[in-house]
Amino acid sequence: MEEQTPILECRNLCISYDTRGGEIPAVIDFNMKVMPGQGVGIVGESGCGKSTVALAIMQYLGSNGYIKSGEIFFHGRDMRTMSEEELRALRGSKIAMIYQEPMASLNPSMKIGDQLAEVPLFHEDVTINEAKARALELLEAVKLPDPKRIMESYPHQISGGQQQRVVIAMALLSKPDLLLLDEPTTALDVTVERGIVELVKEISAEFGTAMIYISHNLGLILDTCDRVTVMYSGEAVEDGTVNEVFDAMCHPYTSGLFASIPLPGADKNERPLVPIPGQLPLPHQRPQGCFFGPRCAFFKAGTCDQEKVRMRSVPEEEGHTVRCARFEDIDWSEGDHEAVTVKSVKSGKVVLDVRNMKKYYEIRSSSILAMIRGDAVKTVKANENINFNAREAETVAIVGESGCGKSTFAKVLMGLEEATDGQVVLNGEDLAHVSVQNRKARTVGHLQMVFQNPFDTLNPSHSVGSQIARVIRKFGVEKDPNKVREKVNELLDLVKLPRDFAHRRPRQLSGGQKQRIGIASAYAGGPAVVVADEPVSALDVSVQAAVTGLLTEIQNDLRSTLLFISHDLSVVRYLSDRVVVMYLGHIVEQGTTDEVFSPPYHPYTEALLSAVPIADTSVEQKQIILKGDIPSAVNPPPGCPFQTRCPRKIGSICETEEPPVKEFEPGHQIACHLDEDVFSSMEPVIVTHEEEKIA
Amino acid sequence: MTTEIQSNDTSPSAISKMFKSIGLLRESPIAIFGLSLILFWVILAILAPILPLYDPNAPLEPFKAPLADARDGGLYWLGTDHKGRDILSRVSFGAQQVLVWATTATAVAYIVGMLMGVVAGYLGGWWDEIISFISNVLLSFPVIVLYIIIITYLGATGFNIVLAVTFASAPGIMRIVRGLVLDLRTRDYIFAAQTRGESSLYIMLVELLPNARGPLIVDACLRLGYTTITIAMLGYLGLGLPPPQPTGAKMNAETQPLGSFAGHMAVVPAAAISSLVLGFNLLADGLREISMKD
Repeated sequence: MEEQTPILECRNLCISYDTRGGEIPAVIDFNMKVMPGQGVGIVGESGCGKSTVALAIMQYLGSNGYIKSGEIFFHGRDMRTMSEEELRALRGSKIAMIYQEPMASLNPSMKIGDQLAEVPLFHEDVTINEAKARALELLEAVKLPDPKRIMESYPHQISGGQQQRVVIAMALLSKPDLLLLDEPTTALDVTVERGIVELVKEISAEFGTAMIYISHNLGLILDTCDRVTVMYSGEAVEDGTVNEVFDAMCHPYTSGLFASIPLPGADKNERPLVPIPGQLPLPHQRPQGCFFGPRCAFFKAGTCDQEKVRMRSVPEEEGHTVRCARFEDIDWSEGDHEAVTVKSVKSGKVVLDVRNMKKYYEIRSSSILAMIRGDAVKTVKANENINFNAREAETVAIVGESGCGKSTFAKVLMGLEEATDGQVVLNGEDLAHVSVQNRKARTVGHLQMVFQNPFDTLNPSHSVGSQIARVIRKFGVEKDPNKVREKVNELLDLVKLPRDFAHRRPRQLSGGQKQRIGIASAYAGGPAVVVADEPVSALDVSVQAAVTGLLTEIQNDLRSTLLFISHDLSVVRYLSDRVVVMYLGHIVEQGTTDEVFSPPYHPYTEALLSAVPIADTSVEQKQIILKGDIPSAVNPPPGCPFQTRCPRKIGSICETEEPPVKEFEPGHQIACHLDEDVFSSMEPVIVTHEEEKIA
Repeated sequence: MTTEIQSNDTSPSAISKMFKSIGLLRESPIAIFGLSLILFWVILAILAPILPLYDPNAPLEPFKAPLADARDGGLYWLGTDHKGRDILSRVSFGAQQVLVWATTATAVAYIVGMLMGVVAGYLGGWWDEIISFISNVLLSFPVIVLYIIIITYLGATGFNIVLAVTFASAPGIMRIVRGLVLDLRTRDYIFAAQTRGESSLYIMLVELLPNARGPLIVDACLRLGYTTITIAMLGYLGLGLPPPQPTGAKMNAETQPLGSFAGHMAVVPAAAISSLVLGFNLLADGLREISMKD
């Protein structure tokens, strides 16, 4: 093979930030090569420096960041020697970047067509009409429905998935050689994410664009990239082709990452996830020698804590490099990888029973036109006929994407909203129409919640201990100050945090620690049911495993019921006993986890399953890409709620009649018009290559 | 009652936190300069009764220049005024008056404004409509007219000055607090408090207000400066604290016609007021600068 010049090459790149506390090295000794048409992934947890690399490539580090040493070559030219003028000509034309928040990258006061036309107008010598024509062409290329209408729309008038497609179109307008994608789908729903990922793959194949794909999601990297660099604490720790890194990883951190994500085959009781102990060191607390040393199961004093560890090649695998002092000597079976297996617990009597629960909202339109027409009041059917129950010590997952009504359901359950109709029975007491203020302290304590965003659930003004103490007193568990303090300590023990954390302020805790405090508060009142709303989705992968493990363990000990609200099917499969799939306020399928994850499926479940990114090269997924976005609940489609996007739609019956609920096994229900024989001929979506079918 | 328990839990760390934030001031020279100006006046005001000063209201020798020798062998550091009163003494005792009433008035305005703001922001609905309406009405009055009306109708006492300042400042404070609360109320910890059945009062006082303090501290410093000016202005208009209490501005007003040949009589009190207000403003600037950094 002839030697090509790489599009981009980083050589021994060191990037630092100047702060109050002095210089902080954010990226150390980073090497990367991107060949034309290649997709390179950068994986790592938050704070590992992956976005800093991207910003450095754009030469856009802000006022206090600078490249300390090393070079960045773009087409063989050192970017550090380019003038501001040259860089500006480069950005947006030869190198384009796509950020996480699509809304933040679009100007809200400009029509999309005008924004898109700006790119060629600025970088090339074209007329406005040519620019607009190009824009329209690319909107078609990114598969937006009705591109002419979108040209004339403002960003807020289209959905998040469509916005991200517009951003991609904008990035592609000047036919860049290099596309930087910084977590481009993190803010989107899974089924929408799948569409964007497919689009990115197609585009790089079609336009020959090289890509740097930054993500914390290993599954997405597997889908999109040829090579991958794993970063830890500002350093690249492993670099190689996707197959090398995913199948024959050599660095303990990489292997730890894989052990902490729920792959098919993991089971919370027999094969639980293994969290990486400890947490990412802050830049000024990095240890001597290997930065991963203190958290590494294969740490050897004398070898790993001496001089700086260099990147070394793996023998017989050209291009696969690892920053580990003793990777040849590691015996992977010796590392403490057998986490405590927990016996699965038999579920008991029904604790929570939801019967025909409905929640409608009324939206009043104040426009005069609406009043004249007489349709000033619109009804939003947030929850329609919710029927399910949850048993003692059972984990029931409620799965659905944004707008499916799961948050509304949680609000009704917690008593912040009153149900429009139906019953919510907790331990024999109907709570559907009792607001939280009118519930007994005991009842409130029996039904608690763990929130999604740990950074937002603790009041920054009060110490952690006083916040837990408040919960204890509020639920009437203890009144005496000494006993309350004791109980706070017990709860901290329960979530495995040191007792002196009681005196800390929330900002002194890491995300995972905050979420543990959130769990401690939820369990303060000895709850019968805990509602966990995406409790780990805001956390880093290695921490997620620890928090899910903790949840399982506490639940097994206390025999409480866990209602686990999530859109992440891999976590759901790992954690839950039964699954309820919701779409636009309707339950479309429910059953045990095995039943839901194997055929027959509801078409929506099928699509969801095919959309989960799985970081396992031996797994093959069926590709089902849903068209469009989730319809608004204000204006739901008639008939079956899923008919607008359903790949298995059979005809007008789907548009007119609400689908009947069919029972396949006792407890396994699917609401769909499809015929029995279609259901029975469905094939599993997720297949592993080792002959056995897991799904 | 429940609020007390909560604050008991947090009070020791609250004090240590205060010390820490004073330590943060080191990062802004402007804030330190402002704080020293304020502290100078505070110390002078506190020490005024102890220092060997003349009686601020005793007629001694009129029209003495600064550093002139007194009849009894003493020294008029800043001279005397047209009635023969010692200016240094009058400025020191005047600082006492101004500081006490400016702080009281600002504090009262803050309590009223914060309560209005947090109720309007958190409860919303009719509460918001009514409180915002009252605030808008009050804000539509020219401030000076409001002061003149209140003081001339109710008389020039310290209490009425507090009342006037509250009427003028509370609506502005209410707006700031309301805006902050509208943002804070969407946070999960408020939702968490609701799900454990906390009363609205508890949520407003314990969960919401402490988190609004950052911008409010900066605003309070600025507002202390405004209030100082207000009290000075009222004094200048003859609506200030009743004589013979000396305030900087009243001294200024009394001596203005004499400014041409005995300048020090007007310059000294004017400089006193400006330096105090400057101190408050610089401290506010410095605090903002520090809070922007992180």
